[in-house]
Amino acid sequence: MTNEYNESNADLLNIEIKLLLEAIFLKYGYDFRNYSKAHIKRRVLHWLNVNHTKTVSELLHNILRNREIFYELLDDLSINVTEMYRDPEFYKSLRNIVIPKLNTYAYFKIWHAGCSTGEEVYSLAILLKEEGLLGRCQIYATDFNNKVLEIAREGIYKKADIEQYNRNYELAGGKYNLSDYYQAMYGSVKFQNELSERIVFADHNLVTDSVFADVNLILCRNVMIYFEKSLQNQVLKLFYESLVPSGILCLGSKETIKYTQSENYFDTLDEKQRIYKKKLI
Amino acid sequence: MYKAIVIGTSHGGLEALKVILPGFKQGFPLPVIVVLHIGDHNNDPFIAYLNQWCNIPVKEAEINETIEPGIIYFAPPNYHLLINDTFSFTLSIEKKVNFSRPSIDVLFESAAWVYTKSLIGVILTGANSDGANGLLTIKKFGGTTIVQNPCSAIATTMPRAALKLAKPDCRLSLEEIVLKLNELAYSMK
Ligand SMILES: C[S@@+](CC[C@H](N)C(=O)[O-])C[C@H]1O[C@@H](n2cnc3c(N)ncnc32)[C@H](O)[C@@H]1O
Repeated sequence: MTNEYNESNADLLNIEIKLLLEAIFLKYGYDFRNYSKAHIKRRVLHWLNVNHTKTVSELLHNILRNREIFYELLDDLSINVTEMYRDPEFYKSLRNIVIPKLNTYAYFKIWHAGCSTGEEVYSLAILLKEEGLLGRCQIYATDFNNKVLEIAREGIYKKADIEQYNRNYELAGGKYNLSDYYQAMYGSVKFQNELSERIVFADHNLVTDSVFADVNLILCRNVMIYFEKSLQNQVLKLFYESLVPSGILCLGSKETIKYTQSENYFDTLDEKQRIYKKKLI
Repeated sequence: MYKAIVIGTSHGGLEALKVILPGFKQGFPLPVIVVLHIGDHNNDPFIAYLNQWCNIPVKEAEINETIEPGIIYFAPPNYHLLINDTFSFTLSIEKKVNFSRPSIDVLFESAAWVYTKSLIGVILTGANSDGANGLLTIKKFGGTTIVQNPCSAIATTMPRAALKLAKPDCRLSLEEIVLKLNELAYSMK
């Protein structure tokens, strides 16, 4: 470990991180001030260790003067870990509970917020295709990190991961073979254009950008785990305002709408799989 | 005065926890926060099981939940567990650390930053070296460090790695750990 923090200056760490987040907001407009402090601290100290930097103040100095360093840190803060059909049970519920509701629309819009490198979006597109709904929808897949959006647009993933994804696909109730939807190349696979044609990948920051209009379904999984309560409330409000009446919201397996300010604005369709429906009110 | 206990263990952990956790009496003054590696399995069965044996509640830690004394919290499978300076939990799906998610290092380091010298860190039986770095961080931030004596552990890799790297304050058997934790929890240090 190369950072200098220990028992005698643990309080400095909190102060310096606060200053760093303020500086990032003022200079680059990315607002991490209401992200979980534990998460930020961990990522920042990780960055210090990897880059042989002793103090957060030194990092702050460098970030203000060097945009590249900011984008490196952004990668570190944004945690882009994802996979296809993570939590297979969730996709089963999606098929059983949500698909019949989408089927009542002639045309519908889906907003996939915090899509990272896109594995989840392709999972969803495949599911829609199998249910015969892909041609009737438009998927907006957004993230605030442009690097991951580039990867998502390509739809090319490591072959080494496919075995796991295939297992998840089967557990999730996939109807055919995952291999029906991609072409294998050297060490990687590329998902069909038919899937990506229905998806618009776009830069959108949940904290600082505005609502999407009239969406029928929102998926935002494992993004709000990094937010403090106040920010969770703010983003849930954004989702509420973006949804059509009776629109559906899906969260990650450890995220709930219970105990938030939005609790009374949604009905629960499946608490275990975190599927909620906007109330009419 | 101490403010929290963190415990990390993997192979053989459930057996070891079955000795330690029932040793906390009702009204125990500290929260006890545990990482047990159990793969992708659901926590519910063994939490229900431990609840039958323990005198204080056992539950899975939830996002943004405020940490309360006298409760035993477990990290959910497949998520890292971290502690905020407002004494609440954060979960993360960032990549595995030491092939583990949840990782003991992740919990211990974040706990050390928040609780500094008011923290007790315990490493028990286990078959990899997760937790050694975390225990060292606890020490660096002035906390008290305890490792299960490898002679009495079902799997020795984890306690050995922690002994070697962190040079803990005590190396004890499970029964001694129960006594020590109670002594420290009620002490006025
Ligand atoms: C852990 S990934 C989750 C990916 C996927 N939804 C899943 O569950 O597998 C979190 C993603 O949220 C994005 N993110 C974090 N804060 C964001 C914000 N304020 N606006 C938009 N995206 C954000 C990150 O860049 C990252 O790609």
